[in-house]
Amino acid sequence: MQLTESTPAPRSLRIHVLRHNPQDPQSHPHMQTFNIEEADGMTLFIALNEIRETQDPALQFDFVCRAGICGSCGMLINGRPGLACRTLTKDLDADIYLAPLPLFELIGDLSVDTGKWMRGMSERLETWIHTQQDEPDLDALEARMEPELAQNIYELERCIECGCCIAACGTARMREEFVGAVGLNKIARFRLDPRDARSDAAFYELIGNENGVFGCMSLLGCEDICPKDLPLSTQLAFIRRKMAFIH
Amino acid sequence: MKKLKIGNDYQQIRIVQQLNKPMSMPKNHITEPHAINRWPAWLDITQGVTGLALVLFMWVHMLMVSSILLGNDVFYFVARMFEGQYIFGRPYPLLVSFFAAAIFVIFSVHALVAIRHIPNSYREYRAIWQHSRSLQHADTTLWLIQVITGLLLMFFASVHLYGVFTHPGDIGPYASSDRIVSGVMWPLYLVLLFAVELHAGIGIYRLALKWGWPSGKNPRQMRRILSRAKWAISIFFIVLGLLTLSAYIKIGIEHREHAGERYLPAALQSLQHTPSEPRPEN
Repeated sequence: MQLTESTPAPRSLRIHVLRHNPQDPQSHPHMQTFNIEEADGMTLFIALNEIRETQDPALQFDFVCRAGICGSCGMLINGRPGLACRTLTKDLDADIYLAPLPLFELIGDLSVDTGKWMRGMSERLETWIHTQQDEPDLDALEARMEPELAQNIYELERCIECGCCIAACGTARMREEFVGAVGLNKIARFRLDPRDARSDAAFYELIGNENGVFGCMSLLGCEDICPKDLPLSTQLAFIRRKMAFIH
Repeated sequence: MKKLKIGNDYQQIRIVQQLNKPMSMPKNHITEPHAINRWPAWLDITQGVTGLALVLFMWVHMLMVSSILLGNDVFYFVARMFEGQYIFGRPYPLLVSFFAAAIFVIFSVHALVAIRHIPNSYREYRAIWQHSRSLQHADTTLWLIQVITGLLLMFFASVHLYGVFTHPGDIGPYASSDRIVSGVMWPLYLVLLFAVELHAGIGIYRLALKWGWPSGKNPRQMRRILSRAKWAISIFFIVLGLLTLSAYIKIGIEHREHAGERYLPAALQSLQHTPSEPRPEN
């Protein structure tokens, strides 16, 4: 494309990346700056790929879907958690600072193992359907569900476990045992599900403590950062009321 | 790497098999708890209830104290009212002591339960401070302000409450002004004013969000409204407090030469030496 006089020159971006490889004993955390030219509609995901392809093939960062669905590319963007694939460079200054999400095990550079954390949280909170039987009847037809209820469950099920809410949570930053909005949202989701036969007392056993819902201080970084715009504030308040005034 | 204690070949084989076998299916049946520990819930409720009570008390307290802006006689009337003068026919400052003691109990309980959440080590302070600076998120910063003002209140409000408890009769246009100026208590009240009104405004906003009251049809819009209301209320009470403190300081400076002398409304001056009046007014 030829540049006309009225077309502004593309910006030169300076992308500062926190580099570190914990597997390498010689590696020490440091910032490395990459200069690239901004393109139309460029996301951080595109910018990082360009850097990897043209400047440093060793740069580590995660991505799968490129569309804000898989939650792999969560990172600190100018200090705030966000998804690289959903962040347009045009919305940022020319100097962009990238760092891995805190609290998760660092794989290298911008890549963290959110899966390990999420797995641990899911096992602690038993985030799966619990029934009265030991073995589910695989031949039985699943009970019908009202579309409105299914929609409400789906609304909470939209969580992609990107880890941004954990990185944005002041409580989690201070107390690493805290289950965070992602965990409490999952409890809200299963509590809503009529197929899950657990009582509130059973849910209380899982989150009725200061690593659970009563540890949440309602700083609401989770809600304001969530890339999927989940209604975390209302869900946390709802679960708090249900657990506090349990019968 | 987890170190394995291996006793013999068979054991080693078994461990290797265990490590490599597919994950066992998690239990999906219910085991209902026999009894749940409600303490965490009660602590959270107690923090909210005591906080709400203290916020409402502080707002009423500020309005009552600011009655000095309407004139010495009005504040004199308010002070005597809380001593039960208009119920019992004579003032009982002990009522103020009881009230101060009750507030101190509520205040202490609130501090004790709220302290669970504040950072309690250098690591935690550093983590929340770095997080707050990095995130640049209003509600996170406001929480830090709540922590700082809460810590200030634990010391400064205790001094004030102890003073009211031990000298309940020293509340009046001259007595209060003399304490502020001649007793050099104005710095304490200035710190208290900002600490209380910020802590109360942010606290009641957070309390509403924490429990989801009021939620409305659009919770995010409600949050914006609550946030604006929080600032409006805090600013209103801080401005009112500064005007009130200024009024006391002005009276205190004018009355400095006669510090210790009590105020007597004109209507009561004729009764000053009447034997039926048991104690001088403040």
